[in-house]
Amino acid sequence: MSTLTLPGPPTFRDAQIDMAHGAGGKASRRLVEGLIVPHLMATAVGDTLNDAAFLSVGGAGLALTTDSFVVRPLRFPGGSIGDLAVNGTVNDLAVAGAAPLALLCSLIIEAGTPSEILKAEVAAMGAAADRAGVRIVGGDTKVVEHGKADGLYITTTGIGRVDSRATLSAGSVRPGDRILVTGCIGDHGITVLLARGDIDLAASLKSDTRSVYPFAEALIEAIGPDLRWMRDPTRGGLATTLNELARDCDLGITLEEETVPVRDEVRGACELLGLDPLHIANEGQLVAIVSAEASEKALAALRRVAGGESAAIVGRMEASPRRTVVAVASYGGTRVVDMLVGDPLPRIC
Amino acid sequence: MKFVDEFRDPRLIKQASDEIRRLVDPARHYRIMEVCGGHTHAIYRFALADLLPPNIELVHGPGCPVCVLPMGRIDEGLSLVERYQVIFTTFGDVMRVPGRHGSPLEHQARGAQIRMVYSPLDALKLAQEHPDRQVVFFAIGFETTAPSTALTVRRARELDIRNFSVFSNHVTIVPAVRAILDSPDMRLDAFIGPGHVSTVIGARPYGFIAQRYRKPVVIAGFEPLDLLQSIVMILRQLRDGRSEVENQYNRTVPWDGNMPALRALADVFELRPYFEWRGLGFISQSALKLRPGYAMWDAEARFDMPGIAVTDPKAAQCGEVLKGVLKPHQCKLFARECTPELPVGALMVSSEGACAAYFNYVHRRAGTAAS
Repeated sequence: MSTLTLPGPPTFRDAQIDMAHGAGGKASRRLVEGLIVPHLMATAVGDTLNDAAFLSVGGAGLALTTDSFVVRPLRFPGGSIGDLAVNGTVNDLAVAGAAPLALLCSLIIEAGTPSEILKAEVAAMGAAADRAGVRIVGGDTKVVEHGKADGLYITTTGIGRVDSRATLSAGSVRPGDRILVTGCIGDHGITVLLARGDIDLAASLKSDTRSVYPFAEALIEAIGPDLRWMRDPTRGGLATTLNELARDCDLGITLEEETVPVRDEVRGACELLGLDPLHIANEGQLVAIVSAEASEKALAALRRVAGGESAAIVGRMEASPRRTVVAVASYGGTRVVDMLVGDPLPRIC
Repeated sequence: MKFVDEFRDPRLIKQASDEIRRLVDPARHYRIMEVCGGHTHAIYRFALADLLPPNIELVHGPGCPVCVLPMGRIDEGLSLVERYQVIFTTFGDVMRVPGRHGSPLEHQARGAQIRMVYSPLDALKLAQEHPDRQVVFFAIGFETTAPSTALTVRRARELDIRNFSVFSNHVTIVPAVRAILDSPDMRLDAFIGPGHVSTVIGARPYGFIAQRYRKPVVIAGFEPLDLLQSIVMILRQLRDGRSEVENQYNRTVPWDGNMPALRALADVFELRPYFEWRGLGFISQSALKLRPGYAMWDAEARFDMPGIAVTDPKAAQCGEVLKGVLKPHQCKLFARECTPELPVGALMVSSEGACAAYFNYVHRRAGTAAS
């Protein structure tokens, strides 16, 4: 904004924590940067927040990350909280340029939860870990009173080995670099919204939850240092991820709206509910910034990975307007794409 | 959504845009009001201003139900939760609208019984599932959503569900347009008529705008091509010196409206003598309340509702923006005290509000470029 020429860390003045603070948009960012970072990470090196922390142990680069999973309903078409808990943490390591090695998991279980449900989720975690090629090496369980948790909350912590061929940072992103996504966006968020059963809409959609490590690995192998930056666009969707990047690297972004892959079912549900697919959560996609010269090679590498057939180049980095994401429609209109404010709420009236 | 794609066809959009450039008189400034908030949102969402010559100015009208709702009505609805322990239900649109002590979403986070529903029938279902609790549906919207409220009230009567009631905040569009036409600072040349409302009320009720006020009205759909075609039709009327009601959205809007919906409205609702519109003040015969025969399902009849009045912050210039006298960014609070995340005025709350739409799709582009 024109009045804020030096955007330092935001101060946190909100009187209480609201749901919006957990929704992954602006309020979440304010909470983390304004309240948590100043107390816990005041001496942290660098000024951007990443999906993983980096440590160097005996010369080996390690990435460390943690994530908590809260979802209603626990199961939905295409996956469950167990899948998300494994894939989410694996993906945070993958986009940090690290090969996932091992996970720890903590279960917070609500008293009264049927054992069958717990068993199914633990099995889902085991299967997801097998698919992702990562081991679950330990964990913890707590049981809380009935009514205190939605059945089950899961926290997973992951450690990975940083691939020395990858040099990822927002600071290395340059104007002209291309933006790639690995597949259709919005599947997970719309699937979960419909699975809650509040809306009478039927669609043959399923969550995209999966490990994105094969995509990250393929990109590192194919283009090495031409790969600048990666992220998995979860809560807040592609729009929020790209706005964060634009802010962190102080550049602009142009998105060619027609090139962003979106399934007809997701587009239709969004039209009906007044939502924007760019704001809808994904759990199995990766967005990558690569140099213009390497973009076609990178795209080919993504499309060779199983499940990467609909990968696409969706836009480019611009020198200006800085810190702004602009979507261009095929008929020439342009609009600013903002971060999500709070949870996406359907418009009815 | 192939049905939508045709209305976003770049070739057809280019043709319509070229036709508009042929029709405009370069010596003239055109002020066209889109009445409906859905149109406001679409105009910004699709960046249609980029496709129009600079002397066509689109003025954003009063057709966003959330934006014209006085803050006191939100407070009054939320007070039922505290005073009568009711379960408060409403559409997603209302969840972020600020009351004096926070929005429904904030009350919910503090533990209040507030549920978002997608249809008033979902609120009725909630009442059936909680027979020991009173469930109130905070009803909002123009004639677009009022029929579904009416049918839900009738269903509650059929099933004899007595722990369900409606707090009606339904308003009607025609008196608001008349109030704008009668306002002394009115400088409009034509109207883009609302699409969704007209699927219910039809095209007929706009006749007075064309006949008495001599302004063209073209009812339009919500896709880029719809809006551009409606502007072409308006420009042709102005060129020919005509003022008529035309229907661009005839794939959905019947000339005489939707009779079963209108009958349901007439059965369940009556006009209030007057109702306050945020930014516009009191407008007579502009809102709907339940008829006495449905008092059992009328929250205003069942509960003590003192009529909370909240004065808008003096600095907020929502009224001027609503009447099209000011552009959103010309308000003193715009993007300073008042943002979509921490809205002061209602036009910043809903994504259909002129200020939120302007902020999200235009302001940030200009503002960030300057920083």
